[in-house]
Amino acid sequence: MPITVQIPTALRRLTAGASSITCAVSNLSELFSVLDEKFPELKPHLRDEQGQIRRFLNIYVNEEDIRFLGGQTYAFQEGDEVLLVPSIAGGAS
Amino acid sequence: MSHYELRCRECGRSWGNQPRSICDDCFSPLEVAYDYDALKGSISRERIAQRPPNMWRYSELLPLPQGFEPRLPVGFTPLLQAPRMAAQLSGTAGAANLYIKNDAVCLPTLSFKDRVVAVALAQAKAFGFDTVSCSSTGNLANAVAAHAAREGLKAWIFIPSDLEPAKILGTNVFGAKVVRIAGNYDQVNRLCSQIADEHRWGFVNVNLRPYYAEGSKTVGFEIAEQLGWRLPDNVVCPMAGGSLIVKIKKAFDELVKLGLVEGKEVKFFGAQATGCSPISTAVKAGSSEIEPQKPSTIARSLAIGNPADGHYAIKTIKGSGGWSEDVSDPELIDSIKLLAETEGVFTETAGGVTIGTARKLYRQDRILPEETTVLCITGNGLKTTDALTGIYPTEQAIAPKLAEFEAYLQQTLNSGDAPAEIPGVVAAGVGA
Repeated sequence: MPITVQIPTALRRLTAGASSITCAVSNLSELFSVLDEKFPELKPHLRDEQGQIRRFLNIYVNEEDIRFLGGQTYAFQEGDEVLLVPSIAGGAS
Repeated sequence: MSHYELRCRECGRSWGNQPRSICDDCFSPLEVAYDYDALKGSISRERIAQRPPNMWRYSELLPLPQGFEPRLPVGFTPLLQAPRMAAQLSGTAGAANLYIKNDAVCLPTLSFKDRVVAVALAQAKAFGFDTVSCSSTGNLANAVAAHAAREGLKAWIFIPSDLEPAKILGTNVFGAKVVRIAGNYDQVNRLCSQIADEHRWGFVNVNLRPYYAEGSKTVGFEIAEQLGWRLPDNVVCPMAGGSLIVKIKKAFDELVKLGLVEGKEVKFFGAQATGCSPISTAVKAGSSEIEPQKPSTIARSLAIGNPADGHYAIKTIKGSGGWSEDVSDPELIDSIKLLAETEGVFTETAGGVTIGTARKLYRQDRILPEETTVLCITGNGLKTTDALTGIYPTEQAIAPKLAEFEAYLQQTLNSGDAPAEIPGVVAAGVGA
């Protein structure tokens, strides 16, 4: 299921400057696996030592908080746009 | 060298002073840390007492740029004893220890948001921003627009489209650019975090947030000073993003650390509207994590379903032995009327939430009548008059003749509409 993931400025230093990536995944767990493989340095920023999504990271699918869509159980639809946003975002300094 | 800097709240990494709100390492929020040892000799009750009655009297404990000259007398709002309301809330006569911290009259825009914006804009200028911005449920919009006008900065204000008309007009009038977003606050806020990534603007509650949030501490400093340099037993505080309650606690801790007040275990109580209660829901469930909600309440200034500081608000409440409650829209309306009719203070819907919550806490014996309790009133009722639409029917006009008035008076007394000695305004069913 091809979806697009937007990377916030604060994390682009860990994605070789990429501001978005496209990948074919069916749920959040698969998405994290793809991101781990592509950008190993990104992993600790998205999940804590127990593998839980970091408390201050919000994930949106087409502008909706993924927790309202079922969180980990949400099945991505073709063309979904995923946003990773810190709960208190950084900003261009 | 300044005596403060940004530090990560979770991993402790230092970030100096810059417009930034999160730690790149762990994504956690930053907060301002101070060199308290350096402050110990330079701040005293006497020195503070000699300064003008506004929030700048605590400037050592605020992150202000060097050479900053305040241009507005923000804060130092009245701390009012509220014995008539206390009798109603607690059900006992003579409860003399209930106080209202009345930020409904904070200058210049009649809400506590003037405090946070005053600090944020001081830093915005120092960082060289020519445009300031915010996502807002209304009061912050008013404050950013007014302070920006005063400082000669451009202002872009992002609001949910369903805000109260008075709060929109009260932003427009200062010449700010108001962008209405077809969505709720959480959506506006998410959009602003994306905009902040693209434009070099000073977003007071995004990239200036650590500095901005420190302004809330002045509510706590003032409560302590106005109580005669002592801490209360309880504080009841409305919660939207959850920052204020955390910062009042920080303020009390700092005063103790600097020897300005004696240490004391203060209980912190959070107030929310039932239609948007992610923090009180978590507290009641014994959880330390926020489950976001879709807000549905007339308390629009508190309608934040995914509160940025929710996690820390829960920690503050639980760590203090406090509690959190929430009230329905009819309960908050009754509570607005109760405060107005017993103490002469007209608060907005958020204030109704605080009063209604206090009533529940008294009924649950979580707050006792003899304890010193401060209720934080953070906004002015004139901004949310639409919440009271239809409650007071328009009276029929009478002719300007004494005989007409006497007849009207007789009719009113007969119908039982005359004002009661002690109003019993709160409807049944408000209890816990």
